[in-house]
Amino acid sequence: MKVITANHIQEIDAIIKTGKVYTDESDRFSYSFDASFGTYLPDLVIQTKSTEELVSLVKFANREKIPLYPRGQSTSLSGGPLPVKGGIVLDLSVMNDILEIHEEDLVAVVSPGVLTSNIHKAAEQKGFMYPPDPSSSHVSTIGGNLAENSGGPRGLKYGVTKDYVIGLEVITPEGELIKTGGSTVKNVTGYDLTKLIVGSEGTLGIITKAVLRLIPKPKATATIMVIFDSLVDAGSAISKILSAGIFPSKMELMDQASIVAVEQFEPLGLPVDAAALILIEMDGHPLALQEEVAQASELCRSVGAREVRIPKDKVEESELWRARKLVSPAIVRIKPTKISEDATVPRSKIPEMCERLQKIRDKYGVHLVVFGHAGDGNLHPNIICDKTDKEEMSRVELAVSEIFMAAIELGGTLSGEHGIGMMKAPFMEMELGAAGLDIMKRIKEVWDPNNIMNPGKIFPEPGQKLELS
Amino acid sequence: METSLKQLREEFQYDKTNNCVQCGYCLPVCPTYTTFGKETHSPRGRINLVKMVGEGKITDLSVLEEPFDLCLGCRACETACPTGVEYGSILEATRAALVKRKTFSIPVRLLRKSMLKKVFPSRTMMNVTGHSIWLYKKSGLQKAARSSGIMKKLPNNLGAFEAIMPEPVSPVERGRALTEVKAKLNPKYIVAFFTGCIMDAMFHHINQLSIKLLSEAGCDVVVVPKQTCCGALHAHSGEMDEARNLAKQNILAFEKVEADFIVNNAGGCGAMLYEYGHLLSDDSEWADRARAFSAKSKDISQILVECGLPEIAARVGERVTYQRSCHMTNVQKVTQEPVELLKKVPGIRLIEMDQADMCCGSAGIYNIVNYDSSMQILDEKMKHTKATEAAVIITTNPGCLLQMKLGIDREGLTQSMRALHLIEYLAEAAGIDY
Repeated sequence: MKVITANHIQEIDAIIKTGKVYTDESDRFSYSFDASFGTYLPDLVIQTKSTEELVSLVKFANREKIPLYPRGQSTSLSGGPLPVKGGIVLDLSVMNDILEIHEEDLVAVVSPGVLTSNIHKAAEQKGFMYPPDPSSSHVSTIGGNLAENSGGPRGLKYGVTKDYVIGLEVITPEGELIKTGGSTVKNVTGYDLTKLIVGSEGTLGIITKAVLRLIPKPKATATIMVIFDSLVDAGSAISKILSAGIFPSKMELMDQASIVAVEQFEPLGLPVDAAALILIEMDGHPLALQEEVAQASELCRSVGAREVRIPKDKVEESELWRARKLVSPAIVRIKPTKISEDATVPRSKIPEMCERLQKIRDKYGVHLVVFGHAGDGNLHPNIICDKTDKEEMSRVELAVSEIFMAAIELGGTLSGEHGIGMMKAPFMEMELGAAGLDIMKRIKEVWDPNNIMNPGKIFPEPGQKLELS
Repeated sequence: METSLKQLREEFQYDKTNNCVQCGYCLPVCPTYTTFGKETHSPRGRINLVKMVGEGKITDLSVLEEPFDLCLGCRACETACPTGVEYGSILEATRAALVKRKTFSIPVRLLRKSMLKKVFPSRTMMNVTGHSIWLYKKSGLQKAARSSGIMKKLPNNLGAFEAIMPEPVSPVERGRALTEVKAKLNPKYIVAFFTGCIMDAMFHHINQLSIKLLSEAGCDVVVVPKQTCCGALHAHSGEMDEARNLAKQNILAFEKVEADFIVNNAGGCGAMLYEYGHLLSDDSEWADRARAFSAKSKDISQILVECGLPEIAARVGERVTYQRSCHMTNVQKVTQEPVELLKKVPGIRLIEMDQADMCCGSAGIYNIVNYDSSMQILDEKMKHTKATEAAVIITTNPGCLLQMKLGIDREGLTQSMRALHLIEYLAEAAGIDY
């Protein structure tokens, strides 16, 4: 639906003096999608590096009630940047000029278009680490990570994006430029608006700058691969290791379906009859690591691991991780459409969740593969299907709904790291309850009275259902 | 309407676009996305445009023209793609579908017809162009350019190329070209040498040096008569029928000799030869023969790594950087061999530039037809090249070689930096003269 008139465009052109305003069909279609589902054509696309121009633009859009959609590099798996109500997509990936490492304060100051991996590199050059590591970090922008509160494999030990943000500069939906938090780790002055903005999926404003906390970089890492004949054993191994006082930086699970898919895609010598495997990475001092590798291997064997593979060198180590990296490419060879969920459960419920997932798979006859960040309970049940097959997709819809229900029943959550967007919006009340959802809605209304910032996300429309077909 | 959408899907190879999960892993490796900075010029964006055509959401096909014209076809996206999207096939199919519908302006039509159909495939024509300012004078372009608004800029662009053109080879010298050379020592292989059209016209001496190095390495070398242009420029411009014709002529020509390998020294041509099997896969008469041809096709660096180099004197402290050929990297997947050969030159310092895998912007005739875009990409490349402080930039494809020469010229570095083909450099180091 077109919401922008010729007069609007004239005014916008006058506001965006240094940036670009795109109205061609080829450009509008190129900003109509992300890595999730659906295509929504924006009326126009704007790129500018100028915060002042954005402030004026938001004021104008608020006055004219024109929807705005902040966007990074559109790697979102939940529909975050999709312009579902028409209006303007703001391509903030161009705001990539600021990347400062303040060594004495242990912080990084960044503009929203900086690639996450460039923050990793800049921090490492100075001996620091910025821990959040979504697997798309070489493509994704920090602005997108902040909006979606991205996680990654290191979540178990180091937490997620919100745990490393201490200050923000934000344009509110009414066009005010505000600062939240600051440059100190400790800061209890007033409400913690920083944490409110992080993960708000672009519905409360446009982040134009962020102050990120850094930590000293661990001296070394070590990896082991452990193979199990039962998922329950894998689950117990994870608990054993953690309760023994070892705190791995990553614990990645692959179920049998993903092992088989990888072996069919590229034979790596993985045992296709195994029920599961876990890749465990530990980091710290090299001497401590030696001991931890031995101890973790022993603990795994004691709970019935079939085999523990300890790489001899870094080359062998990266071979082991290759198995995990190949899961996504391998499974889309089976069928082209990948519905990637990120339902998360308390760690102790992983074996139970895996059982529930297998039941759902059999009940609806869908191709379901489970892998993910087992250490923090953030599994990635992926359904591999063909979006052109309407009958199959209606079964997928039912299966996805049941996955959400299972996660919530087990005390977990709809989304560990991808965000709610549109697809999961219909399930919000199931997790939060009517009153919980209502208070969120009221917060949104206070911030954004005209509902111009990324409308159609997080909150379900009346009668909205999950639709994939 | 149903049938026409079905037809469009076939023509544009819509089915192949469904393997794209829109993860965006191709964005940081795409030279046009990183240079022009908008999704419209990214592989993911282009694939989405084709999806939209196949889904009936885009009906005005001219919407696809600019995004697909400005693609370099370097195929770095295929190497980065985790789900194996066949971008090259989608690109070729889309260009062919667009070309079919497009009415080119008269000068552009003239350029396409004269260059693609008459000049590149013709040995005589390429010999003629070899010692003239090839494109400008021989395509009737000079006249057309003057009478056309669109082409107004071309003479200037060609002026830029004129400065970096290699010394022309006289017809007499050309007449002395090597056609059959025996291996210096015990012959290990019989190789048929693929001369290429641009390579032979503009870099005749590199072809001659290639033949000599192969002979030194222990190969009997035959230059097969009646071989022609590989067809890459045609395929990349959407002239698929012409590309297939040329492929067939080459297959026929090379079937006449019993060679172990068909060896070329041009990354772009090599990629095309490597893909003949794919190009003719639907042609029952030619499919097997094309696959056999492709299986034998090798880059010269692969053969030299296996057979060895002559003795090379030390070049102490010379700083050298290698600008990879995109098609050699992303299509032929030949990446290590040129580096291994350079490492055999004693004493040099081989420095890898940042973003070594990024295209230089040459891309066939891209730098001529999309001059401004190409220069933007080249300027990015030169930033990283300069940072290496290299005295020599090594290339493995004639287009890259010219483009890097142009880059050096634009930066005013002609006194301190040279661009050479890998073969030129190895021959120079081994004291082999043209």
